[in-house]
Amino acid sequence: MRRLTSLKGLLLAAGLLAAGPALAAGEGVELPNTRFSFDGIFGHFDRASAQRGFQVYKEVCANCHSMHLLSYRHLRELGLSEAEVRAIAATVQVQDGPNDEGQMFERAGRPSDRFRSPFPNAQAARAANNGALPPDLSVIVKARENGADYIHALLTGYEDPPAGVTLMPGMNYNKYFPGHQIGMAPPLNSEGQVEFHDGTKATVEQMVNDVVQFLAWAAEPEMEQRKAMGVKIVVFLVVLGFLAYSVKRKVWADVH
Amino acid sequence: MAESMAQTAPQDGETRRDFLQLVTGAFAAVGVGAVVWPFISSMNPARDVLALSTTEVDLTPIATGSAVTVMWRGKPVFVRNRTAEEIKEAREVPLAELRDPATDQSRVKKDNWLILVGVCTHLGCVPLGQKPTDPRGDYGGWFCPCHGSHYDTSGRIRRGPAPANLLVPDYTFTSDTQIRVG
Amino acid sequence: MASGLHKSDVANPVLRWIDARLPVITMLQKEYGTFPTPRNFNYFWNFGALAMVNLLIMIATGIFLAMSYTPHVNYAFDSVERIMRDVNFGWLLRYVHANGASMFFIVVYVHIWRGLYYGSYKAPRELLWILGVVIFLLMMATAFMGYVLPWGQMSFWGATVITNLFSAFPLVGEHIVTWLWGGFSVDNPTLNRFFSLHYLLPFVIFGVVFLHVAALHITGSNNPLGIDPKGPQDTLPFHPYYTAKDSVGLVVYFIVFAVLVFFFPNLLGHPDNYIPADPLVTPPHIVPEWYFLPFYAILRAVPSKLGGVLMMFGSIAVLFILPWLDTSPVRSMRFRPLARIALLVWLVSFLVLLYCGGKPPDEPYVTIARIATLYYFAYFLVILPLLGRLERPLPLPESIALPVLRGGGPLPAGAVSKPMEKA
Repeated sequence: MRRLTSLKGLLLAAGLLAAGPALAAGEGVELPNTRFSFDGIFGHFDRASAQRGFQVYKEVCANCHSMHLLSYRHLRELGLSEAEVRAIAATVQVQDGPNDEGQMFERAGRPSDRFRSPFPNAQAARAANNGALPPDLSVIVKARENGADYIHALLTGYEDPPAGVTLMPGMNYNKYFPGHQIGMAPPLNSEGQVEFHDGTKATVEQMVNDVVQFLAWAAEPEMEQRKAMGVKIVVFLVVLGFLAYSVKRKVWADVH
Repeated sequence: MAESMAQTAPQDGETRRDFLQLVTGAFAAVGVGAVVWPFISSMNPARDVLALSTTEVDLTPIATGSAVTVMWRGKPVFVRNRTAEEIKEAREVPLAELRDPATDQSRVKKDNWLILVGVCTHLGCVPLGQKPTDPRGDYGGWFCPCHGSHYDTSGRIRRGPAPANLLVPDYTFTSDTQIRVG
Repeated sequence: MASGLHKSDVANPVLRWIDARLPVITMLQKEYGTFPTPRNFNYFWNFGALAMVNLLIMIATGIFLAMSYTPHVNYAFDSVERIMRDVNFGWLLRYVHANGASMFFIVVYVHIWRGLYYGSYKAPRELLWILGVVIFLLMMATAFMGYVLPWGQMSFWGATVITNLFSAFPLVGEHIVTWLWGGFSVDNPTLNRFFSLHYLLPFVIFGVVFLHVAALHITGSNNPLGIDPKGPQDTLPFHPYYTAKDSVGLVVYFIVFAVLVFFFPNLLGHPDNYIPADPLVTPPHIVPEWYFLPFYAILRAVPSKLGGVLMMFGSIAVLFILPWLDTSPVRSMRFRPLARIALLVWLVSFLVLLYCGGKPPDEPYVTIARIATLYYFAYFLVILPLLGRLERPLPLPESIALPVLRGGGPLPAGAVSKPMEKA
């Protein structure tokens, strides 16, 4: 009886935890479950893939989507060298100032600068995109239910609208987008759209995988450190738990 | 100590002391109230916030049949220059058909100018229908994409979960071509 | 008393010097060392200590997060993401703080459940219970305001929906809402004051926790049997027995906490809160954090806006008068066969409400939530008052020591008779 009631407490706690995913899971279309290198408790980012993904972002996505929470220096974490990061940053012009004359001026980007946004503000972005606002991609993987799976599905989910569905002007049909009508035209649609520096063949699937890898890293750059630390801490706590339990048994031995 | 003195004090002195205590207590309460009030009041809208509590809208650039959205108190306000057809449509609806009965006349100050707070009365979403490309719902007014409420050309709720018509804010015509909302 | 010093029997001279002038060591020794504690606690009795630890974790992480957080509508979201990316161990602080809120509610819900099941709210512990409900209310206010601070979509719209509840009150409602907002919508003044209050309230909670513990040490703890200790044979000194037992619970709690923080840090959050707040775009369905869902479900179960608000506040207010609603003198549900079932059904209704609160306000969830709401209140307002009179409780054991020694495993010979002699 005693043991039973104490178990109930743990079960209740577990029940409350289990309610979490049920709450998080929304309605809608079943997403294909994609395997990613960063899944699971030992998950890690595929650096080469994420670097290619950055290239896809820079050459394709960045025409409409900002990533203003990232700085060029963050790319060092993807394995790019200091010189490479400098070179990448220098390809953009950023506004600085005011200078001694009180004028704002343009200068080449530095590693400490934030990723340059394609539009100066949300209104300009809407105006240039038929009224739709391309979302910032810095934390897009955390900001969508099913994260990377969803982004992957969305990028590969374009198809012709089924019979009976009329698209509103300027919209595209995507089977995984809520409501199915999306303002974004299929962004990665032809092989070789990007010419990868490392010579990898740029199939659509390759580009999608790489850019998802990059976006997952961008959203949770702390993930590898977090999971590695978590494994150590949980192992430590389990050992401590055994110790604490044996101390407790020893202390209580004369009572029971 | 006060009690021990009260026991020995004569009768009328006791009532005088009671009265004095009461008056002192009341004064102290007023004092506490006066101290508390500035704290409470500081949480009410500040003067710079109040300064933005009215919004002036110039109506000249809004052509018949089109609309603009202005921000007022952090909420969108729809200003629509209705066509004769839209006005006619709004006025021909029998009141019995409406969920939240209100005549079109009671919702406008000048027949063609419809001013509404653009916040769905269901759960506070912003209905579509301001831009020519937006869906306007089955009644030619606004359509709320969140839970599918349809509003007519007078901003009245016609179908969907919303309980009430789109709110008409306080506004005045400061001239023929300008209104002040708020 | 001539010297004015406390007579301390601490061995260490330095500590004795301190203890003679400020008897903290004597106090600790009395309240946490030799403090007589019922010997038959089960692991449910860990959760008070866990809640205390959780509060300290929240205060510690919160103070350091505040050093890097900017409470301004234009910078709040970015400053939180800066904590995640650029502040050393910022991600750890933030995930511990965010998941710590969930852990806190899990722990406190179990702690409250323990009180309901074993009748810890009954005389003489009514005030202890009421202080607990005050802590719970303060926690809810703190958690709600804390969730607004990252200024994501759910922050903003949650704040809008919840503050708008006050507009349901006739006449003064709109004024209250304007006053709460400090403007005409949830905006920068709202964020600023929420930050200020979110920083303040945990210390208020800490104060009430102190009173809660002080009251506990006057009445002593309840126990799974719900009967009072009759003598020293029924109790154990708090240390080392319950310090050792609480340590075990604490480590298990840390393991659950660590798994959440390190492997599923966003499991209990909502993805929409990683979208910066936008007053012009409403998320398709607004849900509060999971720990508010039962109360949110009660709010939506009532068709009238004011009625819903009153029912929601009533669902917590009813806890304040619970000690007087339960008319049975028997504390523990172990000896109340009917009330025990009624309470377990109440738990189901609470979990059903939790589930329905996260669902869109459509059928069948609305009807289910209504039935569950009805039962939630019926348990407190009808079933408990009636059962106290109608139910025949099982016979209570004579003392705590008796069933413990009988129930627990193989015994040394003669152990059973010993406490009898003492009693």
